[in-house]
Amino acid sequence: MGILKLVLRRLALGVLTLFVVSLAVFLLSQALPSDPARAVLGREATEENVAAFRAQYGLDQPMIKQYTTWIKGLLSGEPGVSYSNGEPIMDFLGDRIKNSLFLMFMGSLISIPLSLLIGSYAALRRDKTFDNANSVSSLILAAMPEFVLGAFLVVLFATNVWNIFPATIRIRPGEPPWSDMKGMILPLLTLTLAVTPYVSRVVRASMIEVLESDYVEMGRLKGLPERTVLWRHAMPNAIGPTFQVMALNVAYMAGGVVVVESLFNFPGIGLAMRDAVRDVNIPVVQFLAMFISFIYVITNLAADIGTILVTPRLRTRLS
Amino acid sequence: MSTVDTPPPTAATPQPVRKPDGVFKVALRMWRTRIGVVLLVILVGIALFGPYFAPYGEQEFVGQPNTRHVEGTLLGTDYFGQDVLSRALHGGRSILLLAVASTALALVFGVAIGLVAAYNRGRLDDVLMRSMDISLAFPQLLLALVALTTIGPEPWLIVAIVAITTTPRIARITRGAAVPVVERDFVGAAEALGESRTRILWSELLPNVSGPLLVEANLRLTYSIGLIASLGFLGFATRVNAADWGLMVNENRIALSVQPWGTVLPAIAIALLTVGTGLIADGLSRASAGIDRAKGDQ
Repeated sequence: MGILKLVLRRLALGVLTLFVVSLAVFLLSQALPSDPARAVLGREATEENVAAFRAQYGLDQPMIKQYTTWIKGLLSGEPGVSYSNGEPIMDFLGDRIKNSLFLMFMGSLISIPLSLLIGSYAALRRDKTFDNANSVSSLILAAMPEFVLGAFLVVLFATNVWNIFPATIRIRPGEPPWSDMKGMILPLLTLTLAVTPYVSRVVRASMIEVLESDYVEMGRLKGLPERTVLWRHAMPNAIGPTFQVMALNVAYMAGGVVVVESLFNFPGIGLAMRDAVRDVNIPVVQFLAMFISFIYVITNLAADIGTILVTPRLRTRLS
Repeated sequence: MSTVDTPPPTAATPQPVRKPDGVFKVALRMWRTRIGVVLLVILVGIALFGPYFAPYGEQEFVGQPNTRHVEGTLLGTDYFGQDVLSRALHGGRSILLLAVASTALALVFGVAIGLVAAYNRGRLDDVLMRSMDISLAFPQLLLALVALTTIGPEPWLIVAIVAITTTPRIARITRGAAVPVVERDFVGAAEALGESRTRILWSELLPNVSGPLLVEANLRLTYSIGLIASLGFLGFATRVNAADWGLMVNENRIALSVQPWGTVLPAIAIALLTVGTGLIADGLSRASAGIDRAKGDQ
């Protein structure tokens, strides 16, 4: 089987995944035996009001029709109108998407190299002081939910102990997310501390696997200098897993932004998601759920394809 | 029943049958496991029995809101003039019970799916594992939020959604651990004796994957607690104005500089609880993988 076929197969799986996700999102938010119109308008709403609401947002159509309309809207870039003000949801989500993508990008920029560095160094110095200290601290950090970690950081750096960074971020509408870099520090630190321990453990495990492999041992037995063994023989084989690490990182952040943005009042999609769930703003919830899973699926896809391309062993094994 | 030394999931060659110490016993030799057990016992004790020792009621007004020093209270009042200590003593029970219920449910389904997939292989295995993979393509918190949108934060819904999103993760681990076991002789012997399929799954396979499963169960419990507390933090606790560690952090963080206890106390409680279960999971995983040869940290 050629590479092209493998890649195409991954692509097809990605599309299938998104389709299943879209079904799940639609069924959970709209087709459950609860009534969206009632949930939005409250129990006191009159029958006429409920009927008018249904007609306005197409909720009186058959389920299949509602689903296909929604999907068509998503694909054409017009994902519907908000229940709260009747305006197209992209109008107010556009800036927020930019802000969140910037947050995730900056977070990845810091935590990907950091987890690679920490993970491989811990693997090299296995069972020594650095590895043990790192193992304990990453265990503690990884166990705590992001908001607890973030709350401790706010106590430490923004209020009670040292008051050096702002506890909330201020981005005025229309301004770029980098207009308040000082406010970005704590959200970024929270994301980094939440993601890095988890990802660096994966790096450590895969690095150890490479270091224990036959060809590394062979290199050492041949009397090659340790540096050559590491950079010429071990490193190229550790590149494949690196793609997976990046994907893990981004995927983790896609979920983590909801909590981190709520904690720091960051005007991004995570905060929008929380508010939309609270206000039963179903079109916004559906769009954001699809958007975040889209990022999730795309990064995994890119990582899988990247891994296939750089790992000859994998290509032959799969065929 | 043929319990043998639990092999690491990747071991392909059968190991000699002997009666070794249980995973728990080995794990308890490590300091991290002991600390984890102590933390867990204390925090579970507080969560379950704390309400009986609380000086005030869960929603009792005791004084001016957001005040650190209030007559008759130890740690002051929260955003609504309620006693912080009493709220904290009340606020762990629902999180803990929901997390344990959803993890237990996920274990039942995940183990069943994983064992069936490992034993049958072939088409059924492919279909089961493929669909598990697809359901992993969705952050847990996100799916929970979507499900809460129209129905609201009902306890049954939170348990169901956390269980459903945890099941595929447990199923994968179970299958991975059970596949090498299926190849071993005693399974063939049981088949030759004409034992029923259910009996083979539950009496031959299950006891031999208990090591990795214990680790996974602890890990999943850690994440379920975190997930349910996070939902509370986002404002989706199960009862209106109920004491809930996650929700408390959210309610009181605005007044952090004048009255830190309202935020810090519940945050510490959640941290110690999840770190406790996390330490136990790590100790167990080291114990069941031999003395940490770093395989399968994940």
